[in-house]
Amino acid sequence: MAHIQLPEGIPGILGPMAFSPETAKPLNALAEVLLRGPNSLSAADREMIATYVSSQNDCYFCQHAHGAVAAYRLNGNERLVQNVKENFEVAAISEKLKALLTIAGKVQQGGKQVTSDDIARARQQGATDKEMHDTVLIAAAFCMYNRYVDGLATWAPTDADLYRENGRRLADEGYVQSTAHLPAAQKECA
Amino acid sequence: MAHIQLPESLPGIRGPMVFSPETTKPLCDLVQVLLTGPHSLTPAEREMIATYVSSQNDCLYCQSCHGSTAAQHLGGSDAHYDLIADMKRNYEATAISSKMKALLAIAGKVQKGGKHVTGDDVARARREGATDKEIHDTVLIAAAFCMFNRYVDGLATWQPTDPEIYREIGMLTAQLGYVGRDYKKPLKAIAAKPDKVEV
Repeated sequence: MAHIQLPEGIPGILGPMAFSPETAKPLNALAEVLLRGPNSLSAADREMIATYVSSQNDCYFCQHAHGAVAAYRLNGNERLVQNVKENFEVAAISEKLKALLTIAGKVQQGGKQVTSDDIARARQQGATDKEMHDTVLIAAAFCMYNRYVDGLATWAPTDADLYRENGRRLADEGYVQSTAHLPAAQKECA
Repeated sequence: MAHIQLPESLPGIRGPMVFSPETTKPLCDLVQVLLTGPHSLTPAEREMIATYVSSQNDCLYCQSCHGSTAAQHLGGSDAHYDLIADMKRNYEATAISSKMKALLAIAGKVQKGGKHVTGDDVARARREGATDKEIHDTVLIAAAFCMFNRYVDGLATWQPTDPEIYREIGMLTAQLGYVGRDYKKPLKAIAAKPDKVEV
């Protein structure tokens, strides 16, 4: 049971977002620009960063919601998403993304953990200042979203199909229209 | 030196904010709705939650800015600045309300990780009169500062130590809020001592 009275049958962050629409608006706007805005990093790469940080924070809802978006954007390659969460250094991703995931993992532990060596490695692999900035902010933002979701003890469904469907909708429709995926979630609960 | 090339002479989050205006807008909108405007928790109380979490995350810039803003909302005297310093050190021993102590306990748990918040923490806050909205907002303020602190420290931004700089920031923010500000505008306390600026 959630720590506060949230609308029933709405999973994860969508419960507190329905509870508090005035804060949901900037939270969704931030996710939209970070994960779907014009960027030299692909949307799949950015969702992978979000998924990895959420996994390090042990947030079930966020890692599955964003892992599903990443997999959908990678032609359904759920195995790759799983490999990144387990050990990204040996996963079939670019050396640049590995270096960025290293930075993201340090941010998850705390901002001061990021070292000049981490930055130098990313730069060696071709990462730009904007890509490193966005990696730090995506990782930091998911340290917020994850705490918001778990700090209120929200309900997280375990049905993988629900996350797949949700991932497709988030990828196609975006985060600002987040209420679009409420009906499917409510169906499972009912 | 910051990890990436940021605009010069801008302390803390101001550098990355000017570097990336498209992310700055939702960040400012978020902090504006969380910390300013009408609410059953005063702006000073909400700034205190932000300050405490930033202090637990060891982020000098954020704890100094928001601590100063909280002190300014309370009146801006030395005693108010002392209260903020005491609150960071041990809020249970300060003269803040029992409800605020219970909310700071929740914020401290969120700082460690969302799953650390227990039913007992929430029950204590409720006993002291906290509403669902106040508990919700406490969790989100604490979570948001786990983001802001990581953004500021993760890019190794310049964080001055001169208290005059933070006094000016606190006065400006208490008066003007967070949105619609020109964060490129140099602070007077920094312009007065150009030799102290780092990039």
